[in-house]
Amino acid sequence: MLAFILRRLAQSIVVMAVVALIAFMLFRYVGDPVASLLGQDSRLQDFEELRERLGLNDPFYVQFGRFIANAVQGEFGISYRLQQPVSELILSRLPATIELAFASAIIALVFGLSLGVFTALKPRSFAAGLIMTLSLVGVSLPTFLIGIGLIYVFAVELQWLPSFGRGDVVRIGSWDTGLLTSTGIRSLILPAITLSLFQLTLIMRLVRAEMLEVLRQDYIRFARARGLSNRAINFGHALKNTMVPVITITGLQLGSVIAFSIVTETVFQWPGVGSLFINSVQVVDVPVMAAYLMFIAFVFVVINLIVDILYFAVDPRLRIGSGRR
Amino acid sequence: MSSTNNSTAAQKPRTRFQRIWDSDVFFSFRRSPVTIVAALVTFILILAALLAPWIAPYDPFNPASLNLMDGFTPPNSESMMGNYFVLGSDHQGRDVLSTILYGSRISLFVGFLATLFAMAMGISLGLLAGYRGGTTDAIIMRIADIQLSFPAILIALLIFGIARGIIPPSKQEGMAVWVLIVAIGLANWAQFARTVRGATMVERQKDYVSAAKLIGVHPLRILVRHVLPNVMAPVLVIATIGLALAIIEEATLSFLGVGVPPTQPSLGTLIRIGQQFLFSGEWWILFFPAITLVLLALAVNLLGDWLRDALNPRLR
Repeated sequence: MLAFILRRLAQSIVVMAVVALIAFMLFRYVGDPVASLLGQDSRLQDFEELRERLGLNDPFYVQFGRFIANAVQGEFGISYRLQQPVSELILSRLPATIELAFASAIIALVFGLSLGVFTALKPRSFAAGLIMTLSLVGVSLPTFLIGIGLIYVFAVELQWLPSFGRGDVVRIGSWDTGLLTSTGIRSLILPAITLSLFQLTLIMRLVRAEMLEVLRQDYIRFARARGLSNRAINFGHALKNTMVPVITITGLQLGSVIAFSIVTETVFQWPGVGSLFINSVQVVDVPVMAAYLMFIAFVFVVINLIVDILYFAVDPRLRIGSGRR
Repeated sequence: MSSTNNSTAAQKPRTRFQRIWDSDVFFSFRRSPVTIVAALVTFILILAALLAPWIAPYDPFNPASLNLMDGFTPPNSESMMGNYFVLGSDHQGRDVLSTILYGSRISLFVGFLATLFAMAMGISLGLLAGYRGGTTDAIIMRIADIQLSFPAILIALLIFGIARGIIPPSKQEGMAVWVLIVAIGLANWAQFARTVRGATMVERQKDYVSAAKLIGVHPLRILVRHVLPNVMAPVLVIATIGLALAIIEEATLSFLGVGVPPTQPSLGTLIRIGQQFLFSGEWWILFFPAITLVLLALAVNLLGDWLRDALNPRLR
């Protein structure tokens, strides 16, 4: 198992190095950092001085090495647009995105699992058919339309829930949380549902397919023959054996959730990292773009690693398999 | 089924159309009412988009014909100026039906070209990787793996941002559509490459490839003339579903405000514009473009699903 994790770790480092190279090229060659920092009426001499001071005249590998060294310390330079350190900007926006992503992951997991199990246990019922059809439509709808639809129904027509922002936030240490105020919770509901729907349908269809597969196995028939209760069979034996693919997909999707939150955050004007990124793309704020890229890649790599390790915890067969190899 | 076909073919010569009509693929098409409806919707939407300059009741991009007094006319009613709008008009007095016709034209244009671009790139890299194997294969497939683990929309956004930084501002407006096509195309090539590579590795083992090699056919010719036609079935399926994805991706990018410029609105841009008027009660500015987008994406998706079942290739 240790060898497996080490191999995975090496792969992750290679991926991070490639992403760092792309981020560096972006940082260095897209737009002119000197021109972005200095005003239009600066002298040529100032340009040359700043160029020297920022080390832009050094050879490529020296600059790349410095970029990596800074990135490891979380230092990505200063945003062209907001004139603040990028690391500070991202850290101040991060709590909003993380709360949104986790709320939607929980919604997706809870409803995805229960609906998946329900449609697998009662595949011929009318409700199951309805759920499956709705899920097909849900997959084809673009995220932003779902968000707009929810806003129209719950914010414009019914006026139950707010349509933008985070509500009131409470500051705990360096973390702004919206989970402790009623306006914060109310503001979280619509964006979290919007973000969760795609994942929810994915998990639901996956659980259903896996459950139907497992329920046909001999050991389930044997369990019934032993006279175990339906509950013990369905949840103790069947559901447990569907967990490997579900964990994979949920884990891998958590990364895309953070990326997909770009769209959701724009629709609901949610002050998270995604909306920071989209604003920086619009005005070509290169340091923010580079830092966001590194950040997302890091999240993906860490999640992939955790999912791989979780496999071993959940599925004993894998442990034996890797021992023999 | 094939035996009866052969016997009837022997009795009387059949036209090419009849043979296509009787083929397995069209047999399953005729049997599926959902698919027929989806094909019809797709066909009508594409036709309407193509004929937009002739069938649109107004020219929404000619500033001379616009009148702000026409603005915010509800659907199926006349404006203060006495102009009639079937689906209403937007804040600038543009006819919503006409902007949708022109908008789906841009959405489809970007979607088709981006898919073609992704297809061309994915097929060539996939053929290369599958045929050469070894290091070439490892490098191409590693890149594809890494790219597939990120959402396409993120990659398209990034490419769009880079292009913005490189292209001088004066040319940005004119090139926005092309940048969008390249960004979406580059974000979607990996799926094609992976499928084509897998199929090519199977085909490479077969006798007809060995025979072609033996008589000294150029490898490029073997790939294009002999291997490619045999791996096209799964590619067609991915291309159809990819078209729906590309249309949605384009709409998302335009909705986020990084797609086509507002002077050339696509369906996504129209939805972005319409969203501003959601709270003031002018629902039609948003609703009709949104419905068109959903219909288009859903219909193309259903066609892709049907094609996958009908051709039944080894997918994934």
